[in-house]
Amino acid sequence: MQEEFKGKNQLDVEQLTKEKYKYGFTTDVETDIIEKGLNEDVIRIISAKNEEPDWLLDFRLKAYRHWLTLEVPTWAHLRIPAIDYQGLSYYADPRAKKDGPTSLDEVDPELLKTFNKLGIPLEEQMALSGIAVDAVMDSVSVKTTFKDTLLEKGIIFCSFSDAVKDHPDLVRKYMGSVVGYRDNFYATLNSAVFSDGSFVYIPKGVRCPMALSTYFRINAINTGQFERTLIVAEDDSYVSYLEGCTAPSRDENQLHAAIVEIIVNKNAEVKYSTVQNWYPGDENGKGGVYNFVTKRGLCKGDNSKLSWTQVETGSAITWKYPSCILRGDDSQAEFYSVAVTNNYQQADTGTKMIHLGKNTKSTIISKGISAGRSENSYRGLVKVSANADGARNYSQCDSLLMGDKCGAHTFPYMDIHNDTAVVEHEATTSKISEDQLFYCNQRGISTEEAVGLIVNGYAKEVINKLPMEFAVEAQKLLSISLEGSVG
Amino acid sequence: MGAEKQYIDLFAQSEELINVHSAPLLNEQRSEAMRHFAKMGFPDKKSERYRYTDVEQLFAPDYGLNLKQLDVDANPYEAFKCDVPNMSTALYFIVNDSFYETNKVSAELPEGVLVGGLKDIAEKHPEILKKYYAQLADVSKDPVTAFNTAFAQDGFCIYVPKGVVLDKAIQLVSILRSTIDLIVNRRILIILEENAQARLLVCDHTTGTAQFLSTQVVEVFAADNAKLELYEIEETSRTNTRISNMYIHQAQNSSVHVNGMTLTNGTTRNTVDVQLVGRGAEVSLAGIAIEDTNQHVDNHTYINHKTTDCTSRELYKYVLNDFSTGAFTGRVVVSPGAQRTLSQQTNNNLCLSKNAKMYAQPQLEIYADDVKCGHGATTGQLDEAALFYMQQRGISQKEARMLLMFAFVNEVIDTISMEELKERLHYLIEKRFRGELNKCGSCSNCKLE
Repeated sequence: MQEEFKGKNQLDVEQLTKEKYKYGFTTDVETDIIEKGLNEDVIRIISAKNEEPDWLLDFRLKAYRHWLTLEVPTWAHLRIPAIDYQGLSYYADPRAKKDGPTSLDEVDPELLKTFNKLGIPLEEQMALSGIAVDAVMDSVSVKTTFKDTLLEKGIIFCSFSDAVKDHPDLVRKYMGSVVGYRDNFYATLNSAVFSDGSFVYIPKGVRCPMALSTYFRINAINTGQFERTLIVAEDDSYVSYLEGCTAPSRDENQLHAAIVEIIVNKNAEVKYSTVQNWYPGDENGKGGVYNFVTKRGLCKGDNSKLSWTQVETGSAITWKYPSCILRGDDSQAEFYSVAVTNNYQQADTGTKMIHLGKNTKSTIISKGISAGRSENSYRGLVKVSANADGARNYSQCDSLLMGDKCGAHTFPYMDIHNDTAVVEHEATTSKISEDQLFYCNQRGISTEEAVGLIVNGYAKEVINKLPMEFAVEAQKLLSISLEGSVG
Repeated sequence: MGAEKQYIDLFAQSEELINVHSAPLLNEQRSEAMRHFAKMGFPDKKSERYRYTDVEQLFAPDYGLNLKQLDVDANPYEAFKCDVPNMSTALYFIVNDSFYETNKVSAELPEGVLVGGLKDIAEKHPEILKKYYAQLADVSKDPVTAFNTAFAQDGFCIYVPKGVVLDKAIQLVSILRSTIDLIVNRRILIILEENAQARLLVCDHTTGTAQFLSTQVVEVFAADNAKLELYEIEETSRTNTRISNMYIHQAQNSSVHVNGMTLTNGTTRNTVDVQLVGRGAEVSLAGIAIEDTNQHVDNHTYINHKTTDCTSRELYKYVLNDFSTGAFTGRVVVSPGAQRTLSQQTNNNLCLSKNAKMYAQPQLEIYADDVKCGHGATTGQLDEAALFYMQQRGISQKEARMLLMFAFVNEVIDTISMEELKERLHYLIEKRFRGELNKCGSCSNCKLE
C-alpha cells in the first residue's frame, strides 16, 4: 500500500514542483476577534470567553506578570524581526457569534469547505482512515470527531476548553507540570494568552484504537495562535497522535506560539507526529508564520516510551525543540526530524534529551535540507545527569545543501555527568552529488525529478516513522517545498 | 561585573609604568584595548563563548602583577632541563611574562631569522612587526585578549623570512615562578613569510606553591606555502590557571598544525581561532587532556573557511577522572563561496569516574554547498570486552586499563611529525597515567619534589 502511494507520488513530482503554497487560501467566515493589544484585561476577556474557573485565570495572570519581566531570547541562529506584541489580537473565534455548533449541520459550511480543501474531511473519509480529528482554527477548537467512540474506551479527546470544563481535575493536575509557566519567553506568553487546543487522556491499560489528530489553521488576519496540547498516557497505555498545520498566504507575518506537554506513565507509549506546513512566506521572504513552539514530554514512569517525529517544511521562522525528560528507569525517547527550508525561510530546530533515570535510551535522527537563501540549523542537547547510570544516546544529524546561498548548521551540546553513559554524535554536511544526478539523468529522469527522488530517499529514515497517511503528505510537501531550488 | 574594576583602576594608575618596561609597538595598542575591556568586562557563564569556564571568577582573587618586570632570581637553565632527549632544539626561556635574556647563544639561526623576546625584537625591528602585532587578536571581540593586550609587556617572537626553512625545532620553556600569587600576561608572535617553515615546541611549567593566572595571546601568520608545526605541552600545577587565545591567519597553500596537550594543570582554557583566507590552506588541530582531581580543561576552537579549497581537521581526546571537567567546543564556519571545503572533526572522551563531567559542543555553520563536512563526538568508557580479553591473558586490570587509555590518546600523539617528541610524550603520558605526575626526571626542579 505504501509502495503504491510512493509510486504515485513520484509521478506527481513534476506537477507538484510547479505548485505554489496550495493552502494559501483564506476562508470568509464570521470571526469574533477581540481588540488588539495585550494587558491583564485582555487575559481576563479570553478567560471569560472560555468560561474558565478562577484557578486558570490566576495561572494566566501569573504567567503574564512573569512574561513582562522576560526578554526576547536571542541565542538561536535566527534573524527575528521585532514583534509588536501589542499589535496582535490574542483571540479569534471563527465560529459564528451565536452559540457553538452542537452537530455537524450547524458548523459554518464555509468552515467545513476549508477543512475539505485542506484534505481534512471531518466525516466519513476519516472513518475510513481511522483518525479522530480535533480541528483548531485560529484559536478555537472547531469540532472533534469520534469523541463518542473514544469515550467508550474511557479515552478523553476533546478541545482544551472543553477539558477545562469537563475534566478540571485532570487539567489542573497536569497542565504546566512539564512546561511550567516560567519556562521561556514564548511558553510564558502562551501560558498567559492560550486560547484553545487539544486534550488527550488515555486511561490505564488502554491502547487507543485509532490515531488521534489535530489540525491547526490560522485564518484571521493579525492574530496570533496560541494553542496548548496536553497528552496524558496512564500506565500501560498507547497512543499515536498527529498534528498538522496550515495558514493562508498573507503579506503580514503571523505568530504561532504553542505548547505541547506530554506525560507518559509506566510502560506507556506515546508517538507524536507533526507535519508542519505553516505558510512559509513568498519567494522574496515576505510574510509567513513565525512558529515558536515549546514541546516537551516527560517519560515519568519506568519503561515508558516517547517518540517525536516531525516534518518541518513551512513557517518563515521555526524555533522548536521537541524534548524528552527521561525520568523513569529504562525509559526510551526518540526524535526523528526532517526540516526543509527554501527561499528566505529560517529554521532553528532540534531536541533536548535529558537523561535522569537509569538505563535510559535516546535516539536522535535529524535531517536538514536547505535551499534558496534559507538558513537551517540543528540545535540539540543531550544531558546525562549524575544518577543516570547506563544512559545511552545516539545522535545523527545530516544536512543537505542545495545552492550556494543557503546555510546549514549544527549546534549539538553534550553534557555528560556520568561515567557509565555512552553518548555518540555524528554529523555530516554535503550537497547532492553530481554523480547521483548524472546517474538519474542518464536513465531519463529529469534533474528536478531526480532531486525529488534523492531528497525523499535521504529523508526516508524519518518519513518511515510517520503514520502512512502523513508519510504521503510529507513526501509531497518535501517536493513542493524544494520547488525551483535546483539548477 | 566586579572583578574587572581592580584591573581597570590598576591600568589607569600604572599605564606609564607598564609602558616604560615595554616597547612602543606594544604600548600603542594598550589604551584602545583597555577601553574595550572596560566596556565588555570579564565574561561570565552566560556568555556562549565562555560557557564552560567562569573567567570572571578566575580573575576575582587578589593577584599581583609584575609590572616593573623585575627579574626572578633563578637561572632557568639550571632549574629546567625539560629538553627532549635525542632532539636538538634551539632552547629559549620565558620566566613569568618576561623573556629570559642570556649571553649564551642557544643556536645558530639562518640569516634574517629573528627569534627571541618580543619586547626586544619590537624595539629593534618595529618595521617588521608593525604589520603583524595585534592585527589578528581583535580586542573588541574577546575580553581576555583585550586584557592581555592592555597589560602584556613582553613575550616571544619568531620571524622567518621568505624561503627559509628552520631545520632545528625551537623550544620555548615557559616557567612560572614567584613567591606571591601572580598574574602573568604573555604574548607570542609567530610570522612565517612565503615558503618559510618552522617548528615550535612550547612547554608550560610552574614551580613553588604560589597561585598563577596566566593569559597568553598567540598570533600566527602563515604566508603563502608557509608551514608551521606548533606543539604546546602544559605541565603546571593544580592551582594554576591558564587562559590562552591563539589566532592563526593562513594564506594560500599554507599548512599549520597545532597540537595542545594538557597533562597536568589546574584550570585551562585554550582558544584557537583559525582564519583560512588563502586558497588551498590546510589546518590541523589536535589536543589531549588528561585530567583527574578537580582539573578543568576547556578547548575552544573556531575555524573559518573563508575561501575555496581549504581543508581543516580536528582531533581532540579527553580522559577524565575524579571530579574533573572537560569541555570541547569546535566551531567550523564555511563562509559563502568557500566551495570544495573539506572539514572533519572528531572529539572522543573517556569518562572514568562518576563525578567527572564532559561538555562537548561540535558545531558546523555552512554557507556554501560544495562541501564535505562532518563531525563526530563520543563520550563513553573503556571497552569492557577489551579489558576482559586482556585480563584473561594475565594482564592485571590496572595495567589493562592503562594500556587502553594509552592507546586511546595515542591517536593524537601520532599526528606529531617529530619522532623524538613522540617518544618523549609516550614516556610522559605513561607516567601521567601511572600517577607519577609531572616529574621529568632530568631537571633539578622535578628531582626536588
